[in-house]
This record gives sequence, structure tokens and C-alpha cells, in this order.
Amino acid sequence: MKQTPRSPGSLRRLFHERLRFLLINALAFCGGFSIMSLELLGGRILAPWFGSSIYVWGSIITVFMLSLSVGYLLGGWLSLHSPSLAKFGCIFLIAAAILVPVVYLAEPVMTWVFGKVEDPRYGSLAASLVLFVAPTVVLGVISPYSVRLLVRHKEESGKVAGTLYFVSTLGSALGTLATSFYFVLWFEMDTIVGALAGTLLALGVLGVACRRLDRHA
Amino acid sequence: MREPFTAGLIAILLCGWPGTVLAAGSEVLHEEQSLYHTIMIVAEPSRVCMKFSVRDGSRNQSCINPRHPKRMVFGYTRMMMAALLLAPEPRAVLVAGLGGGTLPTALAELVPDIRIDVVEIDQAVVDAAREYFDFQETERMRVHIRDARVFAKRALQQGRQYDLILLDAYSGDYIPEHLMTAEFLDEVRRLLPPGGVVAANTFATSRLYGYESATYRSVFGEFFNFKLRSSNNRVILATNGPLPTEAELRTNARAWRKALAPYDVPIASYPGRLSTKLDWDLSKRPLTDQYSPANLLQTGR
Repeated sequence: MKQTPRSPGSLRRLFHERLRFLLINALAFCGGFSIMSLELLGGRILAPWFGSSIYVWGSIITVFMLSLSVGYLLGGWLSLHSPSLAKFGCIFLIAAAILVPVVYLAEPVMTWVFGKVEDPRYGSLAASLVLFVAPTVVLGVISPYSVRLLVRHKEESGKVAGTLYFVSTLGSALGTLATSFYFVLWFEMDTIVGALAGTLLALGVLGVACRRLDRHA
Repeated sequence: MREPFTAGLIAILLCGWPGTVLAAGSEVLHEEQSLYHTIMIVAEPSRVCMKFSVRDGSRNQSCINPRHPKRMVFGYTRMMMAALLLAPEPRAVLVAGLGGGTLPTALAELVPDIRIDVVEIDQAVVDAAREYFDFQETERMRVHIRDARVFAKRALQQGRQYDLILLDAYSGDYIPEHLMTAEFLDEVRRLLPPGGVVAANTFATSRLYGYESATYRSVFGEFFNFKLRSSNNRVILATNGPLPTEAELRTNARAWRKALAPYDVPIASYPGRLSTKLDWDLSKRPLTDQYSPANLLQTGR
């Protein structure tokens, strides 16, 4: 079989395409990682006020699932309006910005909720709602948006979505493991949340900086 | 006390109930999977015990000798009674962690006008204590099914005070990490009036020894360490304010010696065993709400 000769231009184009694919996957991976890392830390953040019983985890998981579902809707809707790598990066920047207040708001919010709500089930639910809805909604936007950025033909849409689910859920698994096995042993909680925000910030900047890769999409 | 024990034995004999045999002459009277533990009530030849999750051997929480229900079977329960050396006339007591209720029951018997709040997270433990350990709730002995941390915060909010707080909420297998931190102990300290006393049952041989010691030190300053060669437990005795002198301890020991004899508590020998020596690795940091991986630290990295 005769090989088609490739011009340097088409090679570079191929390279940029691969690079864009890798970048979006890496960002989706870190999005998944952050979601679960934050969820696990959520349990520890709430424990001093509401205990660490099964209903506290129930509150946290409910709030994260609810927020992610809203984030998916929002991400799907956003992907309809001239999607780009630059905007994708901005989602990460917003997530980073919204994560930082969690560190500072946690104590006053929980003190306030504790004063208002007697039952620790509803107390933990209310505190989770106030603290974790905003960052988790934004992190939920990432998945559908990244699918839109990588799909070129409808025939491959399932495969692209499957790969991205794989990558981001793998990130979630690793985020869960790393946080519960090691991070809490090595670092203080605020440090971990800060590092998550810092990572999201760096990734957002990277996304925006690489926006010209979109020309080869 | 003898009744439930005998009733259990009769049930076994009549029905031939095939309870798990743990050791020669031991029978399981009751087994229950609660939200937090597998609770077993086991009748041994000379005692009835409450055990949590027995996969890796016996984890006795509480035992009672049905023939002599007052006698404290465990060393650590007797050691916890050393709290009376620092708080000889407790009026309002908070007990975190019920088990079989040995400690609150003894205190209620010993101090006529005492008021005791017990905070226990697991309703099933309370039910088992009532059924098999003759634990009784009264006007003066109230049980709250709640996480101890949540209870302490609420009590602070309501301005409640206790002159004695007994912390016995650590079951051995799994440590509630939010009950190990300096912030929790500070909440406990704020529930005490000046001179109020906290006694905590901890493990003498655990890897957490240094961390726990550092945490208590950071909140209470100097405290008494109480260890006996016969026990793997270490009881920490701390006060909100300066510790009593050895003379005061001895006076209180003399006052309590007779009353505690039926409980097998040799309180007269305790004052000399309370030590303020810094016998832990001083490089260990206090555990805080920000950093409290107690279970990970205990199993080692």
C-alpha cells in the first residue's frame, strides 16, 4: 500500500490536534479529581458541627449529586454557544475562584446553621448546600463541555463521551484515594482545598493560553 | 442483675439456640448489627460482656459479674474512678460513651444528688445496656442519642456546665477523629467551671500516645497521666485550672476509700500513681480539626 506523503503543515496540524485532545482530557481528569477530593474533605469539614454519622455523608453525597446534575445541564447549555478552549479554561478559573471562599466561609456558615437547625441531619444538609453547591455546579459543567470540544462527527460522539467519562471518573477515583489515604495524613485541610484551587487556577490559565489550538479543531 | 442473665441462660438451654461459641462455656445472648457496630452480648462463666465487632478477637466494651454487679471487672473502669480524686463531690456529670453503663451507674449509686447526662451515639448500645447491664434511665440519669461533639457544642450554646466530664467514646477499632482534636477538647474545657475535671480513657500502647498527650497538653496545660502495669489503658485526668496537690488527692482518696471498696476500686493506691511527667515523644503535634488523621496515624504510614 502506498503511503500518502505528509507535508510539514499537516504534521504540525496532527500534532496540535493530539495536543488539544490530551489537554482537554487532562483538564477533565483534574476536574473529576477535584470533585471527589472536595467531597471527601466535605465530610471532615462538617464533622465538628454535625458529627460523622451516615446521615452527614448522606447530606454531602446528596448535595454533590444534585450540584453535579445541575452542572451537567448548565454545561450542556453553555456548549451550544460558540464553545472554545478559552471558555473551557474560564470554567476552571471560576471553579478555582469559588473554591477559595469555602475555606473562609466554612466556620461562620456552620456556626450559623448550627444555631438555627437543631437536627444534625438537616443541619449538615443545609451547611452542605451553602458550602458545596456553587463549586460543585461549576465543576459539573466541565464534563459535557469537554465532550462538545472533542466531538467532530456525530458517529464518534459516543466514543468521545465514553473516553471522557473514563478519564474524568478515573480522576475521581484517584482523587478519592489520594485524599483519604495520603493528603489528610500529610496536610491540613485548608492546605488541600487551597492546593485544589491552585491546580484548577493553573489549568484554567493553561486552557486559555492554549486557545489557539482550537484552530485545528 | 441476675435476672436477664439467668433468663438468657434458660433461653439457651430450652431452645438450644445455636449462638456462636466464642470460648469454652461462653454463649452469645444477643447479637445485633447497629448503624455503628456489631454489638454482641456474651455470657462467659463468671461474667456477661458487651463486645463490639469481634472479627479480630474480643473487644470487650463492658463486662459485669452477675453475682457481684457492683464489682468493676475492667482495670480502665476502675482507673476512670480516679476522677473522684480531683472532683470529690461531682454534682453535674457528662459521660461520653455509654458501653454497659458501668461508670454512670456507679456514680449515680455513689453520689445521691448527682445529675448525669450520658451522650451515646448508638441507640442499640443503650438498649443492650438496659437489657443486660441493668442500666437505668431516671430523672437524674438522662441519655442523649447524639454524637458527643454535636452534644458538646449544643451544651455550650445553652450555657450548660459540668463539674466532671468522662470521655470514654473510643471503642478501639475505629477512632472518631473529630473527638480527638484540640478544638473538641477546648469545647469540653469550656463546659467545665473553673476547677472542673475531665477524665479520658485512652490507650497507653497506641501510636497515638504522643499525639493525644500533645493535644491534651495544648488545651489543659499540665495534666495527670494515670497508668497501671496491669492495664493497657492510660487515663488522662485534667482540670480547667491548676491541678490539685498530692495532699488534696490523698485527702479525697481517704474520703472515698470505703465507699469504693464494693466496686473493687483501690482508690487509696491511686494518688501516688498520678504523674505529670512528659513521657511522650515531644515532637508530636497536637491533633486539630484541620489535621486529625487519627486512624491513619494509629495504623502507621
